Amino acid sequence: MSVYPQGPLGPQEPPDILENPPGSRGPRLGADEWVARQEGRREYLPSWLGEAQRVFERIGWWPRLAVAGLAGALLPSLGLGGFQLQVGIDALVIALLAVGLNIVVGWAGLLDLGYVAFFGFGAYGYALLSSGQIGSAGIHLPAIVSLPVMVIAAAILGLAVGLPSRRLIGDYLAIVTLFFGEAFVEFTNNVAPAKLGGPNGITGIDPIRSFGIQLTTNAGYYYLLVIVLVITMAVLRLLDTSRTGRAWRAVREDPLAAAAMTIPVNRVKLLAFACGAMVAALAGTIFAAQQTSVFPTDFDTPILILVYAALILGGSGSIAGAATGALVVMVIYDGLLRNATDAGFLFYGLILLTLLARLRPWRRLAAVLAATVALGFAAHAIAAAISNSAVAAGPGSGWLARHWVIVPANPQTPGNWGFVILVCMLIALVQVSTRWRTILMVPTIYLAAFVWETRLVVEPSITRQLLIGAILIVMMIARPQGLFGQRRVEAAL
Amino acid sequence: MSAEPVAPAPAGRETVLALDQLSLSFGGLRALSELDLQVADREIVSVIGPNGAGKTTVFNVITGVYLPSSGDVRFGAESIAGRPSHVIARLGIARTFQTLRLFQNMSVIENVMAATYGRTKATPAESILRLPRARREEREVRALAEEVLSFFGQRLAGYRWDQPAYSLSYANRRRLEIARALATQPRLLLLDEPAAGMNPAETHEITEVIGRLRDERGVAILVIEHDMHVVAGVSDRVIALDHGVKIAEGSFDAVAGHPAVVEAYMGRHPEELAEEN
Repeated sequence: MSVYPQGPLGPQEPPDILENPPGSRGPRLGADEWVARQEGRREYLPSWLGEAQRVFERIGWWPRLAVAGLAGALLPSLGLGGFQLQVGIDALVIALLAVGLNIVVGWAGLLDLGYVAFFGFGAYGYALLSSGQIGSAGIHLPAIVSLPVMVIAAAILGLAVGLPSRRLIGDYLAIVTLFFGEAFVEFTNNVAPAKLGGPNGITGIDPIRSFGIQLTTNAGYYYLLVIVLVITMAVLRLLDTSRTGRAWRAVREDPLAAAAMTIPVNRVKLLAFACGAMVAALAGTIFAAQQTSVFPTDFDTPILILVYAALILGGSGSIAGAATGALVVMVIYDGLLRNATDAGFLFYGLILLTLLARLRPWRRLAAVLAATVALGFAAHAIAAAISNSAVAAGPGSGWLARHWVIVPANPQTPGNWGFVILVCMLIALVQVSTRWRTILMVPTIYLAAFVWETRLVVEPSITRQLLIGAILIVMMIARPQGLFGQRRVEAAL
Repeated sequence: MSAEPVAPAPAGRETVLALDQLSLSFGGLRALSELDLQVADREIVSVIGPNGAGKTTVFNVITGVYLPSSGDVRFGAESIAGRPSHVIARLGIARTFQTLRLFQNMSVIENVMAATYGRTKATPAESILRLPRARREEREVRALAEEVLSFFGQRLAGYRWDQPAYSLSYANRRRLEIARALATQPRLLLLDEPAAGMNPAETHEITEVIGRLRDERGVAILVIEHDMHVVAGVSDRVIALDHGVKIAEGSFDAVAGHPAVVEAYMGRHPEELAEEN
């Protein structure tokens, strides 16, 4: 049927809603019916993955959350060891923080860089209220009292911090809150060392203890955190779909328009600050109880960066995204790089996957892979022929380091140089033409393996920072809205 | 430049909005000077004038974006000059923006529902627990949103409600801005160039919409518009501004033919200038 029955140059009647031909089904055809039918044009993954996607979209939010929570609760019974359980606990704490930060950053659009201070406030508050720190015998409040006290105190602190900064926007708010976060660390380091312990922190904090139950095992804290996280996520979801959630997002989108639409912008911002602070303090209290000790360094910028990385990776503005992002970041950050073999699988696996996914046609892929393998063996053989110490990989090194990658006896200096050259080559790689890129790729991959075996694998603390950075860069290019985020457009103004 | 004698609000109708000797300066720059303006109940008043005449500034003063340097703004019996924007909006003045300012990444219906914040009372705790008041308000807000969106017939109908506002066409965004303003349940609606960027058919439609807004929803309307077809079609009264000064007021024909208005838009006739010199 024609959209313009009178012809494109006919009288200028607005192309309003048109009737479907008699007998046809489906939605009514409108002027922009293309938009109307976008559901039908959605592309799903092939085969059973697509089916799973459809089922996932059809079920409501709370069954999804319940299933995720159950899966999380069942994980330890699969036989997670002590170390894995600790990684899980750390990940859940960061997830709780990311979900709280999402209120301030993702919904209200306030770039709060002092967020971790509320986490520390909750932790230190619990540490003072439930330990032998104050007075001769200590206070030793049960958790059922000290937890709500700290959460409410954090809300008040959030308001107090928000009040002077409520008129600040963008960069100004970011810097002022960053000062607040640093001030908290300085405060705990220097003020009242008898009570706060200075750099030595507070130790001997009570475990969570209420109604005659005392949580002392890591498994107990793991389950507690799963429950708290699931409840927090449900609460925030309910809040998001209420007038408060809409007001937060309206203020993020356009404060001037929000004010013209009866929304008290400053009050709504303060509310976001307070709610974020409450979630952070809740995470802090459980963290302090689980660790049984708190130190100023636990609440410094590195944690802030982790929480932000989690939120951005998962998708700012999405509750599920914030939690998932935290789990991904913490498993990579804390879990995988502890073990050189696991990390090696991850490293080489990622390179191989990237090549498989990006290199076309397959002849080029095969050529690059074959050339890289050949280059490795040749280089290793030549180096071995020249000097034995040039290939004297350290004890305990893998098969690759003994046969393929050149790992000298004293790898530090060549490794460092290799790293610098690798960065230069990566930059060159994205600049040159396709033909040269294919050729240059072979030595680059080999050099990457060299740097990995000589330097990165032995210094996980640096490597994991690099890895998180690389993942964020890839994420920004492939899916800028994050794992679960919604695509966003910036306001035209 | 001498202003025409001020036309009083139509007899027997209550004055909704009154600007009284309103002046506004930015530093040394006089944006508005001693402006008098009245809008009566259910009246449609157009503000015209060349670019930079101060039309949007008038809107910004009325809605509390700018604080007037002197003079007063009265809404009903109440002085609203200097009160915050959200309070003024809650009292019953809603506006649209010349440069569209929708909540772009929220759905169409959420855009409208967000504008009911000031008229609802459920606390966050009530919303989380879905207590009776929160549920009742949510139902009412949803119904109100669907109602104001249905004001534009099929344009913002059903399937569009859950689409993000940025996915709408330009004309539909302008309609959504009006729907969002209506959701605040205003007595006075300020429309800032509602027909800007619209094609002739859409411009014709917006003219009808403005009439219907008054007839069906009983709001008084102050509208800034450059399209003289719209101005001629909707206005009970027209006010012409230039350099922040009212240069003419009255019926469309009287204002459009007024020498000061012609001069403001077209400049002075060369022969006339020569005669003066």
